[in-house]
Amino acid sequence: MENFANILLLLVILLNFFILGSARLGACIRSVALQGAMLSLVPVLLHHGSPHSLILGGAALLLKGFFMPWLLFRAIRQVQIRREIEPMIGYVPTLLLGTLATAGAFIFSDQLPLIEAHKGSLAIPCGLATLAAGFLMLITRRKALTQALGYLIFENGIYIFGVLLSEALPLMVEAGVLLDLLAAIFVIGIVMNQINREFASLNVQNLSSLRE
Amino acid sequence: MQYLLVIVPILGGLIALALPSDRFRPWLLPLCGFIHLTLVLTILIQGAPDPGGHWLGIDALSRLLLLLISLLFVSCAVYGVGYLRFRLAWGNRVFVTCLLFFLAAMSLAALARHLGILWVAVEATTLASAPLIYYNRNRLSIEATWKYLLLCSVGIALAMLGILFVAYAAMPSDPISLQFDDMLREAAGYSRTWLRAGFVFLLIGFGTKVGFAPLHTWKPDAYGEAPGMVGALLAGGLTSVAFLALLRTMQIMIAAHEGVVAHQAFLIMGFVSLFFAAVFVIRQPDFKRLLAYSSVEHMGILAIGVGIGGIATFGAMLHMMNNALTKGVLFLSAGNIHRRFNSKVASEVRGAVSVVPLSACLFLAGFLAITGSPPFGLFISEFTILQGIFATGHYAAGAYFLTMLAVIFIGMATTILTVVFGTPLEGRKQTEYRDSWLTGGAPLFLLGLVLLMGIVLPEPVRRIFIDAAALVEGL
Repeated sequence: MENFANILLLLVILLNFFILGSARLGACIRSVALQGAMLSLVPVLLHHGSPHSLILGGAALLLKGFFMPWLLFRAIRQVQIRREIEPMIGYVPTLLLGTLATAGAFIFSDQLPLIEAHKGSLAIPCGLATLAAGFLMLITRRKALTQALGYLIFENGIYIFGVLLSEALPLMVEAGVLLDLLAAIFVIGIVMNQINREFASLNVQNLSSLRE
Repeated sequence: MQYLLVIVPILGGLIALALPSDRFRPWLLPLCGFIHLTLVLTILIQGAPDPGGHWLGIDALSRLLLLLISLLFVSCAVYGVGYLRFRLAWGNRVFVTCLLFFLAAMSLAALARHLGILWVAVEATTLASAPLIYYNRNRLSIEATWKYLLLCSVGIALAMLGILFVAYAAMPSDPISLQFDDMLREAAGYSRTWLRAGFVFLLIGFGTKVGFAPLHTWKPDAYGEAPGMVGALLAGGLTSVAFLALLRTMQIMIAAHEGVVAHQAFLIMGFVSLFFAAVFVIRQPDFKRLLAYSSVEHMGILAIGVGIGGIATFGAMLHMMNNALTKGVLFLSAGNIHRRFNSKVASEVRGAVSVVPLSACLFLAGFLAITGSPPFGLFISEFTILQGIFATGHYAAGAYFLTMLAVIFIGMATTILTVVFGTPLEGRKQTEYRDSWLTGGAPLFLLGLVLLMGIVLPEPVRRIFIDAAALVEGL
């Protein structure tokens, strides 16, 4: 079970790289959805199918695997965009930065004192690497939609980490993660609609009148 | 009774959502505000049950925060009735509802005695306040809302990671409790590495919400584009609530005997914030953005006060209240001037004192208060913090603190004196706005409180601040 979870987590890291290097929005959304769906399996695997982990995984599957992608696809249909126009930093440098961040995540988590049960699990380095990939996407992309995707990946990283603790912590904190995700995208979606109406494009570059 | 502090505003918000009339809906704001204030005062006088072990409860810090939030909200609510009369055409269903939910979220954060609940409450304040910033519905306010949402969401997500790290620090124990009393009791046995890493994430995460530099970039935009009363609630209420979250973190760090690390981190945040504020205040033509940088400055001062510890922590507690009330005066009067001149840039707004005398005088007095001039409360609190800095032998830090304060005073004075004095520009159209007892009275009331804080501090009121400081110090 542990090994299968580790393979899933490695796939999640691979997906990070795919998303960082892809210009097609549709492919990016699908990959984020796939990433979310795979992550929903992780709590079930790590906690051997306890009822609590089933609920957590089920909720994550519905939200990350189906609801968010549906919302995002609806948004790009409405605005008629397909591709990210030239990010602030090119795709190759972004990928290099992503590699460095992933390596850094593995080195950093090596320094952390883990409890016996978590030795050999990839959850902590993988969570940190995903967090870094999401953050990279947030700061290097120009479209509101790709930034929202970056935020989703960022949240996925926190989710991986939260799963480790989900048995020892009360349910409330995980509910917080999901609630946060739902609400953030919901509000971001509304704002995006408005940006669309005002500027006829989802380019955050247009949002640069307020600066010193 | 403490639960009513959250339930009343939520009910009020639901009623506001259901009420069909835009004309009567704003009256819900002062109604809920006054009920809230009455509840808070009753709790302060009668005392609250011991919060030990519960997820919600009232300790010394909650008392201070609740009083602060309630006073500020009541003033903004009264002002809001006057303000929304000018905006009848825009409708106010969402605005009033969100304001009341915002109050509920802030109260919940003040009551929270569980890291998870505190986190959810701070997150809820972000969500409830985003539509408020967007109220003016133009491209600038969209930009401001977008930046606010994105930065604060990332901040809040980092804070969540910080909480998980802190929880991991307690790891072999199962189940882990995030209830404060449990955490304070067990903190000494936490794993150091995880706790420190968690502290860094919590500091950056909640620090984004507090608006420490360089995480402050949402502030000038959000405060600049939001209506004046929203700016007042954000700069006075929201930042204080986020700072409360940091104080809770500080409590845990001190209980874990990691106070030195936490104090140093606070000091660094504070000094950097003062520097950024001083740089951006100079030649800042937009008087609402100016107030945002002033907010960055004062959050820095709070961090320095807590970072120094001892008597400076007491100064910081006083300063939190003083800053919130004065920000109320400044934003509400700045909103009035903005409305009259239909501009918030010093090159277009001149001689406010001759057209909106009350608001202009309040703005000027608010400026004197916020820069720490006697006899206002901020003079006392900043002086106390400075006393703490020198008493602990940080002479260089004290000199730096004074220099930055002087630079900020000069920077703010240039813009604010231009706006207040002189003669209005010929040929620039002004609106029909005049100060009313609602839009002028609310900031006047707040200014009176700031003045009172500087002149007399009766023992029972003083007690609130002393107790809060003792809690932060871990005594």
